[in-house]
Amino acid sequence: MDFSFSDDQIMFQEAVRDLLANECSPEVVRTAWENDTGRSDGLWAALAEMGVVGMTAPEPVGGLGMDETDLVLLLEEAGRAALPEPLLEHTAVGIPTLAEAGGPIAEAWLERAAAGEATLGAGSDDGYAVGAASCDLVLLIGDQVRAVPVDGASLVEHRSIDGSRRLFEIDGNSVVIDADPELAFDRAVGAAAAQCVGVAQHLLDATVEYVAQRYQFGKPVGTYQAVKHHLANTALKIEFARPAARHAAWCIAAGDPDRSRDVSLAKALASEAVDLAARTALQCHGAIGYTFEYDLHLWMKRGWALSAAWGDADWHRNRIAAALGI
Amino acid sequence: MDLSFTPTEEAFREEARTWLAENVPAEPLASMDTPEGFEEHRAWEHILFDAGWAVVSWPERYGGREASLVEWLIFEEEYWASGAPGRVSSNGVSLLAPTIFDFGTPEQQDRFLRPMARGDEIWAQGWSEPDAGSDLAGIKTKAPRDGDHFVIDGQKTWCSRGAFADWFFCLVRTDPDSERHAGLSYLLVPGDTEGLEARAIGRLDGEPGFAELFFDGARVHERFLLGGEGEGWAVAMATTGSERGLNLRAPGRFMAAADRLVDLYKELADSRGPDLDRRDQVVSAWMGAQAYRWQTYATESRLRGGAPIGSEASFMKVLWSELDVELHATALRLLGRDGERADSSWMDGYVFALSGPIYAGTNEIQRNIISERVLGLPRR
Repeated sequence: MDFSFSDDQIMFQEAVRDLLANECSPEVVRTAWENDTGRSDGLWAALAEMGVVGMTAPEPVGGLGMDETDLVLLLEEAGRAALPEPLLEHTAVGIPTLAEAGGPIAEAWLERAAAGEATLGAGSDDGYAVGAASCDLVLLIGDQVRAVPVDGASLVEHRSIDGSRRLFEIDGNSVVIDADPELAFDRAVGAAAAQCVGVAQHLLDATVEYVAQRYQFGKPVGTYQAVKHHLANTALKIEFARPAARHAAWCIAAGDPDRSRDVSLAKALASEAVDLAARTALQCHGAIGYTFEYDLHLWMKRGWALSAAWGDADWHRNRIAAALGI
Repeated sequence: MDLSFTPTEEAFREEARTWLAENVPAEPLASMDTPEGFEEHRAWEHILFDAGWAVVSWPERYGGREASLVEWLIFEEEYWASGAPGRVSSNGVSLLAPTIFDFGTPEQQDRFLRPMARGDEIWAQGWSEPDAGSDLAGIKTKAPRDGDHFVIDGQKTWCSRGAFADWFFCLVRTDPDSERHAGLSYLLVPGDTEGLEARAIGRLDGEPGFAELFFDGARVHERFLLGGEGEGWAVAMATTGSERGLNLRAPGRFMAAADRLVDLYKELADSRGPDLDRRDQVVSAWMGAQAYRWQTYATESRLRGGAPIGSEASFMKVLWSELDVELHATALRLLGRDGERADSSWMDGYVFALSGPIYAGTNEIQRNIISERVLGLPRR
């Protein structure tokens, strides 16, 4: 029983954190809100260069042969930076699912996906495929996993409250691939949980910083207990969601028999954490947080979206109930 | 990261489970806060100690088996899952012993740890006073030095198990002219000291679960001073947890309660049919216990990596105490009209759980600690 990460894993996390701190500014995220794709200019290529994009692919096809326990810290970082790139769809779901399926579909796509030359999307039968228009192949997860080439498919686009998330219904010629749909779904859920934790952490950090320098009645509003306790409650939710999300990543990587139950545990806790973090952040910022100009909403809206994506807290509590036999 | 249990850890779990299955009393003991129940629980501590299960993570010379912290957490999971009795010695073992390990002289360690572990000497905490609760630095009880003794005058209160305890660990003002955090010392006081009187206070459940202590010229020898004279505050605060036990309340206790709650829902659903709202509350409570479990194992890994335990203690205290209330409140909602029945163990548990957010530093104080020391918010 050991939750600690290796030095290499920590170094990888720090490298990604540095990259995102420099290259994924709020301005970059805002640009993604306004452009045609919802994505940034160049960040995906930079992440591919670092090996992040293809890290979950086997080494023979150009990946790093890493698993969910290597990826989970990077997903938290992606959340912290509100990264507008398909790390969840492509790296956490698409590549491992294609690698699991093997055969012609893997041969056709895996090497290019690992190199970042082809982009994989993911959606569920009853959810949207985020960013499908800028992908090459979308995996739709339901009772089976179906692969839909985007070229030639018909796409219906919807706007998300998070301007960088372009929501698509996709319909096209699909092939059923030989991959476990529940595992693919759990990969997406686990990744969303880790990102929720990262988003929540940023919302908390930004709010702590704000209330320490916002003065009212001659003192920082962060000195008032009413404000402090909002933030302590949020910190508590994050403190207990994070280990659950990391444990979920391990369950996926290790094939734990309780994987689905414990992935749902992670997502339910992480959704609750980010919901509270968004609520607290706005309340403690007051009116400035309610403006479009101030950056806070970029994370609030990412949080709202991710909280609901791949099953919200209620949905996952029901899944846990079923696993507990009640 | 490897979140599987090692073969050694699995074997340890199996050994604990087997021993508990064979030795846990079939009938529940009387409440430890009654005179007869206190002695029944003391006898149970002897049985645990003699089999090497009382303080698994302690050194062998004090009756432990030098188990790792992970193994201690495993033992706690098995202990509570087995339905074993509450631990009457836990205040000494969890709150005082870490301080003795860190600050005690070798003589003090040899004198106190083993009898504490065996339940031969059961300890109660004498910190709070009528005017010093959350504001603990407001302690007024004085204990000026007189030769090689300290002479205690004053009053302590809310001492859990204090009505029956053999020893008290007290924070007192050895420098009578000092204020606040300065001038305090950590004294170990024999319960039979002349000039010390313990009076039971009826708790919410009607039992003499805690006591107030009256000191009137009670003389305590300096060999019972733990840590430096006048350094009591630092000594008391330095050890909120240690490598021998993270916490007063390990996750196993709440995991077991959550499993019983799930069973209760199943049982009632069989007779009354499903109730999806109640079921959701059961799942939420179960999730809280699991979240605490993983956070505790994650904290243990950080400690093993050399990080000190600090803020985690406040996170844990808020979590387990509010989780305990939630678990029992949910059970009472499931029970409906039967919840109020005096023979319901869930009601007993609920009444006990309600003390959790108050004792060991109220949860409001814990939230202040989280916001000021973890998040770094300004104090004023």
